[in-house]
Amino acid sequence: MLAADYRGPYRVRAGHKALPRIEHPQDAIVRVTRSCICGSDLHLYRGLVPDTRVGMTFGHEFCGIVEEVGPEVEALKPGDHVLVPFNIACGRCHFCRQGLFGNCHEANAEATAAGGIYGYSHTAGGYDGGQAEFARVPYADVGPTLIPDWMDPDDAVLLTDVVPTGYQAAEMGGIQKGDTVVVFGAGPVGIMAARCAWLFGAGRVIVIDHVHYRLEFAQAYCPAEVYDFREIEDMAVFIKRQTDSIGADVCIDAVGADAVGSALHSLLGKRLKLEAGSAIALHWAINSVRKGGIVSIVGVYGPTGNVVPIGNVLNKGITIRANQASVKRLLPRLIDHVRAGNIDPKALITHRMALDEVSDGYRIFAAKLDGCIKPVLYPNGGQ
Amino acid sequence: MASFLTKPQTVDPATVKGWGVDADPRNDPTYPYRVRSDGEARGMTWDRPSLQKPRVEVLRSVEHNRLPAVLGTSVPPRGASGAIRRGAFRYSESDWRHWLMLLAADRADMVEGLLDDLARGRLPNIPAEMGVRAEWRHNRAGLIRKAAVVAVVSAAAILLLRRRRRYRRQDREHAVRAWPEASMQDGRRS
Repeated sequence: MLAADYRGPYRVRAGHKALPRIEHPQDAIVRVTRSCICGSDLHLYRGLVPDTRVGMTFGHEFCGIVEEVGPEVEALKPGDHVLVPFNIACGRCHFCRQGLFGNCHEANAEATAAGGIYGYSHTAGGYDGGQAEFARVPYADVGPTLIPDWMDPDDAVLLTDVVPTGYQAAEMGGIQKGDTVVVFGAGPVGIMAARCAWLFGAGRVIVIDHVHYRLEFAQAYCPAEVYDFREIEDMAVFIKRQTDSIGADVCIDAVGADAVGSALHSLLGKRLKLEAGSAIALHWAINSVRKGGIVSIVGVYGPTGNVVPIGNVLNKGITIRANQASVKRLLPRLIDHVRAGNIDPKALITHRMALDEVSDGYRIFAAKLDGCIKPVLYPNGGQ
Repeated sequence: MASFLTKPQTVDPATVKGWGVDADPRNDPTYPYRVRSDGEARGMTWDRPSLQKPRVEVLRSVEHNRLPAVLGTSVPPRGASGAIRRGAFRYSESDWRHWLMLLAADRADMVEGLLDDLARGRLPNIPAEMGVRAEWRHNRAGLIRKAAVVAVVSAAAILLLRRRRRYRRQDREHAVRAWPEASMQDGRRS
């Protein structure tokens, strides 16, 4: 089958690999019809995540048609069109039972700190992902969800990660009616977090980035006040000035390891790898939130460590809330929101490409070329 | 002095004066993304799914006491990078050596991947893998600028190396002219 094939930092190609097979009685094989390139795939692409092995297929946001099921699968049958949450979750362990499907203890041999994630390095379990014609889907009765007849598959594929991650970012912010929410990062997740902040009753939503076309999109789509951090001398002072000198009620880090905006963090984290990526967005979030405020983190960082002003977290009494989104928990609510028109996921898609264009897709997304916000690959011609 | 590790130290909460008097279920910063209605069964006590039989080598974090029920089987460890990875898994996720060795293994793996391609008679089209075609289509000026910078830096490096080599040769010739006997005794030929 045709599949994306990682060859080292900044190198991905479409190549031929063996078809996946049922390896566990609860597995399914899914013929992939849509597969996004995610902002967090770019951390892998740039070689920032340890144990990213050459030959791996990335892709944790995909949907497709069930081709084959293992003997213990009861809820799915061949021919079902499903969206596949990015978390691989057993549904039975101590953590899944509490709704923490992103923290399943039965899906990742290589690490206990991370759950199992499709195509996201061996630090997330070593599963090939969905940027391929076919994918192995473990625990097929737990994660995969039937796409409702009325739903456009382009909406469905964004419910596998982008929408739930953005929604959970806002949810973890504990937003109360009238709160001022600052979202760092105008990538797809940041845009979705800003959109969802309104659903929780935010009074003001501010989005910070430096890519103008994305800020303009966020301004119209969310809608939100938007600012370019390159025009701001000091982020904490700027946010204080915007908020009667007390700081934002909630700050959301929707950037993670690949942030730009600080030469020092870029040097330490991205060039020298002495930090787990650049944590400047988190630094700004901690210093821009008000005393007693909440910082919600959905930006992905590596597992080593980052330099952040943790002393200010203590002195300001900040609550930090963070997790990989628990997609399965959120799906029923999010499907309702799509149906009601509160969220329009597919509006984020700017680039639709065939699987054999995957090298160009990564470059366009990573270099922010051609007004790219969200690229989606269509293996098997999208059928 | 006796080690704290060797003596049982379990404390029965019922024996602690005031135990639980300030417990408040509303004091829960994980609401609503953590459901606490499951009787709070603790520990690894769940009914496990069927266990996958590993058919390839799977490295296990030392923080796990057993393999999980399902396993990723993409790209098992191999070659020099695999040896480094196996070494890294002697350390916990809390130990920087674990992650730094894995990063080193990733770089070794990249070289092995290149050699593997060549061994299969395939010359990888690295510019295409890096999506240069897209850059050419959407950012031609930027690509030309980057290529020009790389060309200038490379040319400068080559020039510097050549100059250094020429000066070394001149030094050696000068030494032979000044001290021909010493140079012969050292066995040096210029």
